[in-house]
Amino acid sequence: MTRETWINVASLAVLLGVPLWALMADEPFIITLATRAAIFALAGVGLNLALGTGGLVSLGHAAFFGIGGYAMGILASHAQSYAPIMEAPFLIEGTKSMPVIWLVAMVTSALAALAIGVLSLRTSGVYFIMITLAFGQMVYYFAISWPAYGGEDGLSIYVRNGFPGLNTLVPIQFFGLCFVILCLVLLLMNAIHKSAFGLALSAARQNETRVLSVGLKPYHLRLVAFVISGAVTGLAGALFADLNRFVSPTMLSWQMSGEIIIFIIIGGVGRLFGPVIGAMIFILLEHTLGGLSEFWHVYLGALLLGIVLFAKGGLIGAFAGREKAHD
Amino acid sequence: MTILLFIEQMLNGLQFGVMLFLMSAGLTLVFGVMGLINLAHGSLYMIGAFAAAAVAAATGSFVLALMASLAAAALAGALIELTIIRRLYDRDHLDQVLATFALILIFSEGTRWMFGSFPLFLDVPKVLSGPVTLPGGIQFPAYRLSIIVIGLLVAGGMFALINRTRVGIRIRAGEADREMIAALGVDIAKLYTFVFALGAALAGFAGALVGAIQSVQVGMGEPVLILAFVVIVIGGIGSIKGAFVGALLVGFTDTMGRILLPQIFALFLEPSSAVTVGSALASMLIYILMAGVLVFRPRGLYGVA
Repeated sequence: MTRETWINVASLAVLLGVPLWALMADEPFIITLATRAAIFALAGVGLNLALGTGGLVSLGHAAFFGIGGYAMGILASHAQSYAPIMEAPFLIEGTKSMPVIWLVAMVTSALAALAIGVLSLRTSGVYFIMITLAFGQMVYYFAISWPAYGGEDGLSIYVRNGFPGLNTLVPIQFFGLCFVILCLVLLLMNAIHKSAFGLALSAARQNETRVLSVGLKPYHLRLVAFVISGAVTGLAGALFADLNRFVSPTMLSWQMSGEIIIFIIIGGVGRLFGPVIGAMIFILLEHTLGGLSEFWHVYLGALLLGIVLFAKGGLIGAFAGREKAHD
Repeated sequence: MTILLFIEQMLNGLQFGVMLFLMSAGLTLVFGVMGLINLAHGSLYMIGAFAAAAVAAATGSFVLALMASLAAAALAGALIELTIIRRLYDRDHLDQVLATFALILIFSEGTRWMFGSFPLFLDVPKVLSGPVTLPGGIQFPAYRLSIIVIGLLVAGGMFALINRTRVGIRIRAGEADREMIAALGVDIAKLYTFVFALGAALAGFAGALVGAIQSVQVGMGEPVLILAFVVIVIGGIGSIKGAFVGALLVGFTDTMGRILLPQIFALFLEPSSAVTVGSALASMLIYILMAGVLVFRPRGLYGVA
């Protein structure tokens, strides 16, 4: 096993171990923090496919995170008020079932990613950054100005949605659910990285001309990556909304997009477990520094600045050394 | 809708557009010359507004407040350029985004720490507080009208600076080939600091001018920053002319959309849902405009292909 694999295993062990310890010590709040970390990690893992592997710096992934959240909010609020979402031409009712909600969240955020991606991927570099940011804001302002689902105030649900065989209101059970999903998605991402598609996507980042010259289409590769990435981030959004039993336009705000990138950067760009470690550190900082000072974002900013200027590979890069080059 | 109201809204759109130009000019120059994407530009806007509010509260003079906003933002701009930004010119865009995002966090929380979370207020000077009557009997706030005039003057000054002066020649040369002008003996580091501080001063100035209409608070810069991004994407990154055209387009589209769309939808929807649909669509209109421009011109209206 390489050193990076050891770090990866250790990070999962910590993420699983801390809430188990908290369960024994009867500290439900710590379990909630760990759940947050797992969900943020999932959002980061989603973005990492576009940003790390594909080299697409999307500053609008909060749109997918929020769309996932609103998918949960809308379905669950209709289910709790027994009002169907749509009656004509065919009946669509709300639901409190997590698997259905996840599916809807993933499909809707994938569709949003497709629409945004088709337009944004026509451009590259700094244009891409600004355009994804602008589309993210578009969704944000839409959510604020559309009063049917709470507008600026957001939407809350009374009871967390259900998963067959589990009581999701018990913190450790909900954590377990999120942790398993995170592990499954990590496996999936690992498979994607090793697949022909993953290699081609990575190649399109490193040298677009060469990829073109062997007959592959970077635009299509990137679009598929962007859609998968959006779907995974949307799933994380549905879980996050379920954790808080609340969804609001804050989930769609561009600061959220920035934070999802921060998870990746702290851990290490393009590393499979980068967002996992990054999200854990972020939650740790938020919890400890946030307790010390109301202005903890100053320290977060300073840390981020330090990482960008002096420690490019993030934490995994610092401990595991440079990634093996493929070329 | 009467023609008077229409003209009044056009003027509002013009005022908004002129403000956006002040904000976008620095952003597009910094990108054009140094190749840097600067998210912290909104923080400089905020710094200008806070400096103006603080000086106005201390001295009661609006002119001094405006000068303070220029000075404070230029100083803050020069300071971050010398310490942090210049390390980022050779980095990729992701690093630039992150480092300047970190600067936003630091500036926003730092300002909150210094001034508190409550918004400050900057009063419109007494001379300009009333309405003026324009030819044709249109009543329009004097302050907004002076913003339009000041903004257009600044825009004219910018064009003159870029196209007519020695510094402008160097800036344009810097956009075209930075190694070459360094080789010809221009102190490129000083030029970069100057361009960055100039852009910062314009942003701070815009912040102070708008601060008198809206409230001065932490986080006021970011919505404007994102609009400025839309502007320069539409106009073409690096082009001052593009920024000007883009800013006016966005200003008019946004203002007129908010007024007209609910009325258009009212023609075939019931009033309450017309307002809902109309205003929701109006809030997305400039992004739709941006998407439309991109479909036909992926590099913006005046961008270099």
